[in-house]
Amino acid sequence: MSYFRAENLSLHFGGLKAVDSVSFAVEKGEILSIIGPNGAGKSSIFNLISRIYPPTSGRIFFEDQDITEQPAYEIAGLGIARTFQNIELFENATMLSNLLVGRHRHSATQLWQELLFLPSVRAGEKVHRRRVEQVIEFLDLEAYRDKLISGLPYGVRKVIELARALCSEPKLILLDEPSSGLNVEETDDMSFWIRDMKTELGITVLMVEHDMTLVNRVSDRVIALNYGRVLAMGSPSEVQRHPDVVAAYLGA
Amino acid sequence: MRFLFKTDYEDDIRLFPHSGYIVSYGILLAFLAIAPFVLSSYLVSQLVFVCIYATVGVGLMILTGFTGQASLGHAAFLAIGAYTAAFLQQYNVPFPVYFLAAGLLTGVVGALVGFPALRLQGIYLVIATISFAFIVEEVLARWESVTHGNEGMRVKTLWLFGQAVPQNGPTFYFLCLAVLILTIVGTLNLLRSPTGRAFVAIRDSETAARSMGVNVSLYKVKSFAISAAITGLAGVLFAHKLSFISPEMFTLQLSIEFIIVILIGGTFSLHGAVLGAIFLVMIDPFLTYLKDDMPGIIAGIAATFGADSVTAGKIYSNVAAVASANGLKGAIYGVIIVLFVLFEPLGLYGRWLKIKLFFQLFPLYKRATFKRQKIYVKSERNR
Amino acid sequence: MLDFVQQLVSGIALGCVYGLIALGFVLVYKATEVVNFAQGDLMMLGGFFAFTFIGMLGLNYWLGFAGAVIAMAAFGMLAERVVVRPILGYPQFSIIMATIGLGYFLRSVVGMIWGTDDFKIETPFSDGVLRIGSLVLAYDKLSVIAATVILCALLYLFFNRTTLGTAMRASSENMLAAYYMGIPVKRVVSIVWAISAAVATAAGVLLAPITFIHSNVGLVLGLKAFPAAVLGGFGSIPGAVVGGVLIGVIESMAGFYLPQGWKDVAPYIVLLVVLLLKPEGLFGLHTRKKV
Repeated sequence: MSYFRAENLSLHFGGLKAVDSVSFAVEKGEILSIIGPNGAGKSSIFNLISRIYPPTSGRIFFEDQDITEQPAYEIAGLGIARTFQNIELFENATMLSNLLVGRHRHSATQLWQELLFLPSVRAGEKVHRRRVEQVIEFLDLEAYRDKLISGLPYGVRKVIELARALCSEPKLILLDEPSSGLNVEETDDMSFWIRDMKTELGITVLMVEHDMTLVNRVSDRVIALNYGRVLAMGSPSEVQRHPDVVAAYLGA
Repeated sequence: MRFLFKTDYEDDIRLFPHSGYIVSYGILLAFLAIAPFVLSSYLVSQLVFVCIYATVGVGLMILTGFTGQASLGHAAFLAIGAYTAAFLQQYNVPFPVYFLAAGLLTGVVGALVGFPALRLQGIYLVIATISFAFIVEEVLARWESVTHGNEGMRVKTLWLFGQAVPQNGPTFYFLCLAVLILTIVGTLNLLRSPTGRAFVAIRDSETAARSMGVNVSLYKVKSFAISAAITGLAGVLFAHKLSFISPEMFTLQLSIEFIIVILIGGTFSLHGAVLGAIFLVMIDPFLTYLKDDMPGIIAGIAATFGADSVTAGKIYSNVAAVASANGLKGAIYGVIIVLFVLFEPLGLYGRWLKIKLFFQLFPLYKRATFKRQKIYVKSERNR
Repeated sequence: MLDFVQQLVSGIALGCVYGLIALGFVLVYKATEVVNFAQGDLMMLGGFFAFTFIGMLGLNYWLGFAGAVIAMAAFGMLAERVVVRPILGYPQFSIIMATIGLGYFLRSVVGMIWGTDDFKIETPFSDGVLRIGSLVLAYDKLSVIAATVILCALLYLFFNRTTLGTAMRASSENMLAAYYMGIPVKRVVSIVWAISAAVATAAGVLLAPITFIHSNVGLVLGLKAFPAAVLGGFGSIPGAVVGGVLIGVIESMAGFYLPQGWKDVAPYIVLLVVLLLKPEGLFGLHTRKKV
């Protein structure tokens, strides 16, 4: 059975069908991109998967476990992490604090232990810090460790958003428009990092993207959506040549 | 200017980043330790109030400053702690037991308040906490079998380890100081561990916190419970200090005073709670000073500038009339709150940081470092 | 039965006052997303201005009323300019605290200038009553109800049918965008505060025969107006008045039928229940952030 599966997912806001009976599967270790015009339902699917919205119908399976009913905060514990299109970082905290929150699902300390700051809590902190440093090294963010997010430029924030998701050591990561707002060099870096996530860290990547160069460079498979429905599914070149996709999104 | 060179993760986890902190806090602690033996009993009594208010301030800071849940109802929690102590004392329950029981009960009530508060944001939460506090005040006044209603309850002297600890003695002062220090240390520990970070995450972006695995509802309730428990403990000390409690001591005004403590002190730091408490407790002596000494001083200044004795006398009585006016305290509260919100949003601690930075960077300090960017209203309805 | 109707009318009249104060809340909220905790105190100050014009200077009732309204509208703009405008955009909590501070200040200054006694205003309908069968309805209560209905209708039309009203709603949603669209945001906000203060004054003067004018009346009534505004849903003008009337009726009935002490608590219990079940109030909108 596939690693991750969505079956007949639908999300209706009143009469508006944001997502209309979408089904797809993701294999372990692959990079799957979702493309489509604005309003096609791409971010809505992400919001369904991370359980910010409940689906109107349909089921979601991860590692053969039905996660459709799980509350949002347990999704991270299952190994699914996500980034947000409009960056949701903690503005008043340092980058380090932001990344350490990403480790939350791995914290095993109780409240009373933390109040007394027992050695177990201290040891836990060091473990968290070590892992965060590994992510920092992976993404070249050393320069920004103690800087407050509110003072950092957009491109850096996008990378920090990715870093925070990586800190939870996910098995599946949902990237919502990772290259939006980035210039050519930053997009290049992003494409290398996404490939490295697959090859070095063994993470499965599900990505919403508009930048077709990035999509072609990193994706194993592509899904095209329009009006909440799947238009085409397949390898990047197949989907890009598909007549429906060309008509709706890419243009001749 | 000291430069911190960190070589170990321990440097970031530790409470005191470098030895300078240990020295300064050590000196402060030494002062506080000898205070009851060198200062007048009036000042020591004020210090006790500072400790109590600062403890509540820390508790309120955890809820409002760090988790972002505004509460204008903390007087209710103080009342619950105070009344629990008074009630259990009647049955000769020993101090350590009713002290902890008060904290525990108030914490439970806090959690119970936290649950419905989950659905409320911003202004609605403020109004809900005001309503909660109001209801508690009424309950205290009506539940006469337990609380003696509006007559109030006498609180007997504290007994610890077989010794009487009168509320005006040095031992009580040390007890309050110890509670404050333990609260501060506990809170600092909380802040450098996952729970504390989760609190701050909830304040800044609930959605992101959820996607990181933070059970936002549970943590909000925890935050309420901890904040309430700390306030309840302070309530016990409050009850002993005043040795008499009645429902009309725990009004909205008191809740607002607690908010003033953290607002003036600086909403995001524990130093702020203490500084704010000092400021608040100093308002009353300041008012007395205004009433007693100010008219004379101003009349004196007028006289030096050549005013004759009739005018000076008139000035004296006018200033005295203003200073003794009944509502002056309220007016001063009002002006202070408005001034601080307008001009010193970071509070006294913020001002202290600016002064420290000034000396550290001398002569390169620039005022613009702390200048707030012009911010426009953006609807908070869609947080 | 007769008692019930009497209590009902009393409750409605009282509720209209709450509603008018809540209306003031909602107006300011709709324009700037600020909750003005000093609204009740503006009402109180309006009442004192009216007392000064009518009681102390001997002006005709209607002239004094109009004078108070105009004076308070100006004062409302002044308060906005000094206290609120510099801090728009700050976290909501700070602004709330600033308005609380303003309220404290107003209460104390009024107490210092006029004293803390109760004051009365002579009105044309102080002693008149309307008799319907064996029902006795005091004119002053009826005048409150009538005025509330008129004001509510006017303001509703203003907000929903005029450009200025739309401009106000736009500023509260996203002020920077409103600036870009050419809306004179500062002027809009000033006008809203002026209207809000005027409405509060009307409430204060109409209330005077019923509860007398006293420096603390703003705090007590202002706090009761919160349940009204919340019940109605904070963004809705008719909602504020409906909420106010409901709260007034609940309080009146609780005072008459329930034992001592429930009268004051009942509105808050209702408030908490409403917040639990339907946080957006009766007429409010449920919103959700798009991520």
